Amino acid sequence: MTTNSALAIEATGLVKAFGDTLAVDGIDLAVRRGSVYGMLGPNGAGKTTTIRMLATLIRPDAGTALVFGHDIVKASDEVRAAVSLTGQLASVDEDLTGRENLILIGRLLGLKRQAAKARATELLEAFGLSEAESKLVKNYSGGMRRRLDIAASIVVTPELMFLDEPTTGLDPRSRNQVWGIIRALVAGGTTILLCTQYLEEADQLADGIAVIDHGRVIAEGTPTQLKASVGSGALRVRLLDPEQRPLAEQVLDRELGDIILEPDPAALSASCSDADRAAGAVAELARSGVRIANFSLSQPSLDEVFLALTGHPAEEVPSEEPDPTEEEQPA
Amino acid sequence: MSQTPTTKRAPAATDADETAVRKAIASTTRPPRPNALSTALTFGWRGMLKIKHVPEQLLDVTITPVMFVLMFTYLFGGAVAGSTGAYLDYILPGILVMSVLFVTVYSGVALNTDLTKGVVDRFRSLPIWRSAPLVGSILGDSVRYVLAGTVIIVVGVILGYRPEAGVPGAVLALGLVVVFAFGLSWVFTTLGLLLRSPNAVMNAGFMGIFPVTFLSNVFVEPNTLPPILEGFVNVNPVSTLATASRGLMEGNADAGDIVTVLAVAAALTLVFAPLTTRLYQRG
Repeated sequence: MTTNSALAIEATGLVKAFGDTLAVDGIDLAVRRGSVYGMLGPNGAGKTTTIRMLATLIRPDAGTALVFGHDIVKASDEVRAAVSLTGQLASVDEDLTGRENLILIGRLLGLKRQAAKARATELLEAFGLSEAESKLVKNYSGGMRRRLDIAASIVVTPELMFLDEPTTGLDPRSRNQVWGIIRALVAGGTTILLCTQYLEEADQLADGIAVIDHGRVIAEGTPTQLKASVGSGALRVRLLDPEQRPLAEQVLDRELGDIILEPDPAALSASCSDADRAAGAVAELARSGVRIANFSLSQPSLDEVFLALTGHPAEEVPSEEPDPTEEEQPA
Repeated sequence: MSQTPTTKRAPAATDADETAVRKAIASTTRPPRPNALSTALTFGWRGMLKIKHVPEQLLDVTITPVMFVLMFTYLFGGAVAGSTGAYLDYILPGILVMSVLFVTVYSGVALNTDLTKGVVDRFRSLPIWRSAPLVGSILGDSVRYVLAGTVIIVVGVILGYRPEAGVPGAVLALGLVVVFAFGLSWVFTTLGLLLRSPNAVMNAGFMGIFPVTFLSNVFVEPNTLPPILEGFVNVNPVSTLATASRGLMEGNADAGDIVTVLAVAAALTLVFAPLTTRLYQRG
């Protein structure tokens, strides 16, 4: 295998099985240095397993992968020196305070005691966690925990960061904060491999996306290409006067087509994935005298992407690997 | 001339200060990799912090040993040795051994509990000595062993136990027991990584540690036992450890016993420490 220095990750034919379940079934990835690469897929598609292989936590059954030119099996130590992992279960110690967590990681990475403390202070301030620094992490909110988790990943700024569903379960405000932090990381030159179930998240952050289903890459491209191939976003309009809905229907049918009359008697939507066309249609509604309460252009959901790409909706596979959080009690 | 638009910039809804985040990201260089020992000590520090935050967890290394000393001394003293005072002289070093060895089971339970937390993934993805998290946590646990042992000796002294070799003898005996416990802990950390739940580790651990401690000379002189049992008791390293501890406390320890105890501890560490590390890294 030749090393391509422009690539942060170069994976070929990665395979991992857990018992009879083939969690990852031949995944190839090529992630450019300095980019954000999104892996999009439902629970159990094999995203986490792929990340865990690349982060050297588990060995692939077959295939090879290079991280900055280092083989993940043969040179796992070099790989570990370049990457940071932010797991689906927040990878911080719940029984310690936020501050202690950051000092712990700093010390383990080789910072002297004073330097580790100073770095912890700097990160706690930057991530808005100063007030909570001496609370135990188990008492943190989901958003705070995520921020601490990411802060712990950049105690020494990594060259490559794995983010496994960084916003799953967060409220919109916390989600926006996490997105802001990710953008700041990218601006600093860190390469990011992002796992997500949300097309919107991949669209907001990623330069390239691989759609994963049943352990395979089923589509790959830029967010724009992917959305174009899926096509079916929707313009949703809510009218001030339900009486005007037939008129609005006529206008939108002419402009966009594929009208859906919603259960709400004042609302309807039309198929549209292009913002310019949506703007034109809204202007046309206004010209025709339709009074609009509000309108929105929504992107296709993960389900729609899957429907378009595979002909079936995104299925949740119950577990892609033994979940370390769930203990099986012996009977 | 174009008019300057009066657009306001939407404030980013954030507690995290993006400028500060950018600065923090830009401001580090990777320090040289720390040596194995300092990494292990950092993990030991983590163990200390946990005790600091949840001091109740020390109950099983303080209250339980006190109960053992009181129960065994007053329950069996008269029957086994004719008087509680005479029995205390015989049994105290033995109870020291037993109590500290019981605590080693908790090292395995604690490791198993740790594995259910996401933080282990972070530790495993750090560029550090692979055994550091394990060596560190057992070093941290050694503090618990020392504490349990000290409690026993102090209670014994309160009840009238007077070791011939005085404080130095007691300290040496405690030291020897803790070194052996360090070696034995690796057996239970291995178990902690093989079994699925903390409860299973606890059950299996005590199923092993009970016979090994009771079928020794901790409680009774082996020559009172049936021949087969006596044979086992005489080769049980826990007997050797109890004999050596008594010897150190009384100032007449047999060097051979001490060497045997240290050799067994070293052997357990050599076999089970690498095994634990492999299991831990495999995840």
